[in-house]
Amino acid sequence: MTLSWTHHLIVAPVLLPLIGAALMLLFNERRRLLKNVIALSTASALLVIAILLLRGAASAGFAGEPATTAYLIGNWPAPFGIVLVIDWLSALMLVLTALLGLTSLIYSLARWDRAGPRFHALFLLQLMGLNGAFLTGDLFNLFVFFEVLLAASYGLLLHGSGPVRVKAGLHYVSINIATSLLFLIGAALIYGVTGTLNMADLATRIPLVTGSDLALLQGGMAILGIAFLVKAGMWPLGFWLPRTYAAAVPPVAAIFAILSKVGIYAVLRVYLLLLGGDEGWTASSGEEWLLFGGMATIAFGAIGVLAVRTLSHVAGYCVIISSGTLLATIGAGEGAVLAGALFYLVSSTLAVSAFYLLIELVERREGDTALQTGGAVFDDEYTIARGDQEDEIGIVIPATIAIVGGGFAFCALLIAGLPPLSGFIAKFAIIDGLLGLDDGVATPIWWLIGLIVVSGMATLIATTRAGIDLIWTPSDKPQPVLRMAEALPVGILLAVCLGLMVFAGPTMRYMERAGQSLTDRQGYIRSVLSAPPAGAGSMQP
Amino acid sequence: MEIVLSLGIGILTGSGVWLILRPRTFQVIVGLSLVSYAVNLFIYAMGRLKVDAPPIVGSGLADPADYVDPVPQALVLTAIVISFAMTALLLVMLLASRGLTGTDHVDGDDGE
Repeated sequence: MTLSWTHHLIVAPVLLPLIGAALMLLFNERRRLLKNVIALSTASALLVIAILLLRGAASAGFAGEPATTAYLIGNWPAPFGIVLVIDWLSALMLVLTALLGLTSLIYSLARWDRAGPRFHALFLLQLMGLNGAFLTGDLFNLFVFFEVLLAASYGLLLHGSGPVRVKAGLHYVSINIATSLLFLIGAALIYGVTGTLNMADLATRIPLVTGSDLALLQGGMAILGIAFLVKAGMWPLGFWLPRTYAAAVPPVAAIFAILSKVGIYAVLRVYLLLLGGDEGWTASSGEEWLLFGGMATIAFGAIGVLAVRTLSHVAGYCVIISSGTLLATIGAGEGAVLAGALFYLVSSTLAVSAFYLLIELVERREGDTALQTGGAVFDDEYTIARGDQEDEIGIVIPATIAIVGGGFAFCALLIAGLPPLSGFIAKFAIIDGLLGLDDGVATPIWWLIGLIVVSGMATLIATTRAGIDLIWTPSDKPQPVLRMAEALPVGILLAVCLGLMVFAGPTMRYMERAGQSLTDRQGYIRSVLSAPPAGAGSMQP
Repeated sequence: MEIVLSLGIGILTGSGVWLILRPRTFQVIVGLSLVSYAVNLFIYAMGRLKVDAPPIVGSGLADPADYVDPVPQALVLTAIVISFAMTALLLVMLLASRGLTGTDHVDGDDGE
């Protein structure tokens, strides 16, 4: 069987940024133009590939064929070799990553990429780690790609240096190393009991585990779950998140908006695939933890968003609220609720990312515009001297305040989930799904609906308060300069949110199919385990 | 052998967790290293303990009982490399933090 070239596209989201990042290392850090071109073309190519993959999965899926495709990297059959798997959810996350990557990168080119060395290479490695985590089909490679994206995120968080970032970075790195060790313990326990790490293979073996092994396996799953939930930022494990994200430079914080969603993705994938079955003990395990943990997270985020005074912390707590809403809805039910949750995931990630980019533009009016850079660390480092920013070239946009203010209001509505924008549609879909659950609407579900509404209101209050403070207060400072490279990415992100609203029908159909495919465990297992090696028959291993 | 290995893992983890909870950056780093050694041994143990058995199957048909599971060994190798790199990065951050804040407290100030 010969495979079409589109089949090999599945590996491109991992390979392409890796090659791009490796290419960067060959060139001196002062050749900025070249590095910008490499980074931009890689990020744009990633977006095109992700959209192609999404279209491929969607067209196969809507035509009634399985949308799940497995790619055997070493051409060994599935439980033995390493597999990449693309399905509805993976394709969606790839597009989201590529979009955020491209917009954050464009934004960073205005000034932030010069705040420290090696920005572009780290940025591409970050994209590689994210793409790999969304594509991988086995637990250990999930760990490896988690480490790749974390290692890149450590570097990006420290980009620009300074005491605040180093302090936040020290905590972030320590917590994440400890979490990774938990991940390893969990994965090792699961391997010790089942003898496999391939997720599809695990899904067939886990329901068969009995006796004393069961306790070990459940312990392993629980430890693994903790590792994912630390990444997702569930209360009380997400205490580090707002401070860390606030310390990062804006384009980095904008790409970090999807880092917590990796934890959510892992929960969705591993939890629904491995523990979502109807057989034996897997039928009911962990839902209530996700539901109540998620609700506590929403409450924590809502209180936090009202308590903090700086906008970047407000955005951090918005990430927490978003994580909590997603975790609680995943715990609450399947089917229509999942579709709403996925819609919310996309909408809230885009909105928070745009928010992080806007914050810097809004606050620039308040403070000085000087970049806070540390001293040079490497010999070939390109640093800007303070006050030496006149030479920056860029198209300056008039009516800055109107644009920034308008974008800010748009973002606030999106994050708070007010009509008519996509944030509202997403929350409406979730609540509609929750009310239509088969087994009646239990008390915790009412609490969840209440919390979702209240958290939206808290976000609205916090952003309005900050917006009045920053945009309406008269100030005799000179009007800030807004460059095209800074306005464009925010515009793209908000335009995509607008697109989600206008094309809510087709998007929702996609999300519904994605939600169904997540609960169709047998379909996933079949697609992965029966994927034929290329040239099967002629080549026996 | 089981008792020696499990005691080793237990002692390493215990000391590591205690050190991670200490307030000085260097103690935290040593703690994380100790726990990562414990985790590496733990992964290794998850492939079942067997003495004098090679992890690579030779030519011809072989009885799997004569060999040790090679997968955990590959996993440990990856885990060692990753934790080694992370420890190196953390050491650099320790020095940066010490230089920028003038203290080796994890919060950047001694709270005096």
